[in-house]
Amino acid sequence: MAQTTIHNSAIAHFSEAEPLRLDSGAVLAPFSIAYQTFGALNAERSNAVLVCHALTGDQHVANAHPITGKPGWWETVVGPGKPVDTNRYFVICSNIIGGCMGSTGPASLDPKTGRAYGLEFPVITIRDMVRAQARLIESLNIPDLFCVIGGSMGGMQVLEWAATYKAKVFSAVPIAAASRHSSQNIAFHEVGRQAVMADPDWRGGRYIDEGTAPRKGLAVARMAAHITYLSSKALHEKFGRKLQDREAFTFGFDADFQVESYLRHQGTAFVDRFDPNSYLYITRAMDYFDLAADHGGILANAFKGTKTRFCVVSFTSDWLYPTRESREIVQALNAVAANVSFVEIDSDKGHDAFLLHEPELFGAVSGFLGAAAARRGLPATSQLADTSA
Amino acid sequence: MDLKRKAERRKPARVDHLLIADMVRPGARVLDIGCGDGELLSLLEAERDVDGRGIELIQSNVNLCVAKGLSVIQGDADRDLVNFPDASFDYAILSQTLQATRRPRHVLEQLLRIGARAVVSFPNFGHWRIRLQLLAHGRMPVTANLPEEWYATPNIHYCTIKDFLALCLDMNAHVERSVALNVYGTQIGIGLPLSWQNIIGEQAVFLLTKRT
Repeated sequence: MAQTTIHNSAIAHFSEAEPLRLDSGAVLAPFSIAYQTFGALNAERSNAVLVCHALTGDQHVANAHPITGKPGWWETVVGPGKPVDTNRYFVICSNIIGGCMGSTGPASLDPKTGRAYGLEFPVITIRDMVRAQARLIESLNIPDLFCVIGGSMGGMQVLEWAATYKAKVFSAVPIAAASRHSSQNIAFHEVGRQAVMADPDWRGGRYIDEGTAPRKGLAVARMAAHITYLSSKALHEKFGRKLQDREAFTFGFDADFQVESYLRHQGTAFVDRFDPNSYLYITRAMDYFDLAADHGGILANAFKGTKTRFCVVSFTSDWLYPTRESREIVQALNAVAANVSFVEIDSDKGHDAFLLHEPELFGAVSGFLGAAAARRGLPATSQLADTSA
Repeated sequence: MDLKRKAERRKPARVDHLLIADMVRPGARVLDIGCGDGELLSLLEAERDVDGRGIELIQSNVNLCVAKGLSVIQGDADRDLVNFPDASFDYAILSQTLQATRRPRHVLEQLLRIGARAVVSFPNFGHWRIRLQLLAHGRMPVTANLPEEWYATPNIHYCTIKDFLALCLDMNAHVERSVALNVYGTQIGIGLPLSWQNIIGEQAVFLLTKRT
C-alpha cells in the first residue's frame, strides 16, 4: 500500500496484488481510499473511531469541504469537545468505494482502458464498502475500532461492520438507518437513477469521455431525494406557500414558489460536487442492502455472539428510515442478548435531523461513548496532543 | 468511573433500591424493567459492578438514561420482554412497575424466563392506611406512596402482599427472600406473621426463582 494526497485528503493505494473481492464476484484492483483523520491515535491504538458517511457525504466530516468551502458535514458531532471528541478519540472518515471524492469509483481511470470506468465499474454493495474500510483500518495498523458511527447509509455501514467484523467493533452507533431498504426506498432511488439516465448528456454513462455531464438529470434526482430527507411539517414551516421574489403568480413555469426555488438550488449545488455515475452505483448499493437476507433471513443471526455495545438512534419525523425500522434492529439485538441502547429523538426535521442541531442526539452520543470509553479503559482526555490540522 | 456517575452516587439512594442492590450478586448481568431515569441501574453499576440494561416506557427517561451512559431501550414490559432469550440475565428486576402493567402475570412469567432470578418490588395495597381510607371514606385511597387520584394513576393492577404470594404459588414460583418495608422505609421484623406484614408493610421486595 502506498500513500498520496488529493482534495486535502490522504489516499491509501492498494496495488494490483492487493485486490478487493466484491459481493458480485468481480475483483477491484488496484483501488484507492481517500480519508481524513482528526485527533491522535493513542499508544495502545485503542481509541479509533470510524465515521461512515451517507449517500452524498464524503470524508470531509469535520474540515472545510475542498470544493464548496462549506464546514464539515458533521462538525456539530465531531471535533474537540464535541460528542465524538477528537481530544479523546482518533477519528477516521473515508470516502466510500464507488464515491467521487478521491476513492476509486466510476469516475476513476480504469487502468485497463486508460479512460474513466463509467458503467464498466463493478456494482458494489454496502459490505464491499465496509470491506474496503477494513482494509484501510488494517493498513493503518489499527487492530480494532473503539466505535463505528454513522447516519443513514453510514448507519447501514455501521450495522454491516458489526455483523461482518464482530471482534473489531467495540461499540456501534447506527443513526437514522435500517437493516434493509424498503420497497419505498428502492422506488425513490429508481426515480433518481432514471432522471440521471434519461438526461441525453449521460451518454450511456460515457459522459466523461464525451465531455458532457448529465447535470439536469442529476439535479432532478437530488431534488426528488431531498424531499424524502425532510418532513412535510419542516417543509411547510420553512416555505409554506410563500412566493419567491414576487407578489403574484407568473402564470408560467418559473420557480414561483420558494420551495421550488430552494429545490432547484439544492439540485444545482449538488451537481458541482458529485459524479452522476457514483450516484447510480451508491443508490444501487443501498437498494441491495438487506442484512437479514445475508444471514438466513433472520436479522438476529447477523449479530449472534456479538460483544459490541450498540446505541441505535432514530427520529420521530423520519419517514425515510422510520423508528419502526430501528426498533427491528433493537429487537434483533435483544434476541441475542446484546448490549443495546435505543434512543428515539423527538424532532420535526425529518431524516436530515441527524445532520442538524439536535441536542438530544449530542447528549445520547456523548453519554454512550463516554460509558463505552470507561469500559474500554480510555482516559477522559487523550494523553497525546491533538495533531489534527 | 466518570464524574457524572460519581455525583449520582452521592445522592442518597432509596431504601427499596438499597434492598434490591443487596439481593444482587456483584458482577451479575441485570435487566431492569421499567428503569425510569436510571437511578437503580446507576446504583447497581456503582455498588454492584453489574452489567446492566434497562427497558423504559417513557422516551424522555430513556434518552436521559442513555445520556448518563446507561444501556437502556424504549420498550413496554407487557409487549417487548418476549424478544429476550431464555436465561439471558442473572437477575430480571421489576421495581415499582408490576402494578402499572396490563398483564402482571405474563410479565412475571417473562421475568422468570429471562432471568435466573427475578426481583420484584411493589406498593402493598393491603397497608392499613389504604384499608382505612377505603373503609372510612369509601373513596379510592390516595397516600404519600400512591399520590395519584384513581383517574390519573398509571397503576391499574394493585395487589397486596398476600395477593402476590398467592400468585407466586399459582405460578409455581419459589420465594427465596421477601422483605416488607414500613412507611419509614425500615424493614419489618422477619418474625412478624404474614398478615401483620400485609398490614404494616407499605411496600415489599421479593426475590423469586422458577421452581423446576
